[in-house]
Amino acid sequence: MSSSTANEANGPTAVEYIQHHLHNNSIGDGGFWVLNLDTLIYSWLLAGVLMYIAYKMGKTMTADTPSGGQNVLEAIVEFVQQQIRDIFPGSNPLIGPLALTIFMWVFLMNAMDLIPVDLLPSLGQLVGINYMKVVPTTDLSTTFALAISVFALIIFYNIKIKGPMGYLKMFLFHPFGKYLIPVNIIMTAIEEIAKPVSLGLRLFGNMFAGELIFLLIALLGGASLFGLIPQITLGTVWAIFHILVISLQAFIFMLLTIVYLGMAHQDMEEH
Amino acid sequence: MSITATLIGQMITFAILVWFIGKYLWGPMTQMMDDRKKRIADGLAAAERGKHEQELAEQKATQHIKEAKEQAAEILAQAQKRGAEIIEDAKDDAKAEGERLITAANAEIEQEVHRAKESLREQVVDITVAAAGKIIKKEIDAKAHGELLKDVVGQI
Repeated sequence: MSSSTANEANGPTAVEYIQHHLHNNSIGDGGFWVLNLDTLIYSWLLAGVLMYIAYKMGKTMTADTPSGGQNVLEAIVEFVQQQIRDIFPGSNPLIGPLALTIFMWVFLMNAMDLIPVDLLPSLGQLVGINYMKVVPTTDLSTTFALAISVFALIIFYNIKIKGPMGYLKMFLFHPFGKYLIPVNIIMTAIEEIAKPVSLGLRLFGNMFAGELIFLLIALLGGASLFGLIPQITLGTVWAIFHILVISLQAFIFMLLTIVYLGMAHQDMEEH
Repeated sequence: MSITATLIGQMITFAILVWFIGKYLWGPMTQMMDDRKKRIADGLAAAERGKHEQELAEQKATQHIKEAKEQAAEILAQAQKRGAEIIEDAKDDAKAEGERLITAANAEIEQEVHRAKESLREQVVDITVAAAGKIIKKEIDAKAHGELLKDVVGQI
């Protein structure tokens, strides 16, 4: 696989092209103990960008004369604050930063999808990096890292707010009352486990599918010269549509985090 | 395409990122926005208060002006009255002085007349005595006939 594109005669087939693009650059001996370097590095880069922006803005912001960047951040912060106010019962100093971080980080990682699919891998190959997946959220490890972190917080706050017995009672007597305890346990367990699984899989599925469609569109131009026109047209349309998808997925992840943690903060004595 | 140890790295990254953003962005920014909100509210309240105070001050000023005008009118009236009084007094004084002067002049005139009469009378006595002496060719003893002469002079 010396070439990154499929439009050369001796290049890879379509299947090879796609598989190549969906292959992480990883170290490790297979199984669980593998580190996907591309995922880690790109997400760290984006986290670094966020940290830099956060640090710089935190130092330079002024209450009296907010400038462009500060206005944007203030709008985002206010938007997140509004969501929390609307959904979240009570107050928790962690929920704000958590929701804001999820929103911005997931958005940035998703936005990597908008960079032309071949650009960064091709550049990587120029310096000898063979595999590169540039969108961290197309890696299940990333989406589940976020989802499991949120899940851990859900359990933590469930126990903290409801008490260990309260949390246990939720499993025993929710949703059908005390006469169907076995069913209750199964139902509640499924309900709880479904939260991180749906969080992680939703984001992964959306971003993976989006990336895959970008790859398929990229293949159009490679097939023949006539494919260029549909490639450009479809690529543009899909990219524009994808702007919606990446924002929406970041927003949904944030919103569901707030909702789930809000549910964990509700005292369910009556159940 | 499976969950790998990358997950752990991403979770640590996520935790650090949440902490960092909470400390450097969310905390200061929400604090600042709350402060600003409060300052704006305070400013608006202060403006409202200032407006109210200005209204009060205007009312007070109007009141003061009204009072001052009233006082001025009063003072003016008093002054006019006083002026009229002074003029009246002056007139009275002048009249009295004039009358006094006239009376004094009259008295002097009378005195002068009286004195003139007196001297005239004495002269007449002298002349009469001299004339009578000449007539009777005999010096009349002024002393002896003084009574008579006085009587005569009184009749003149």
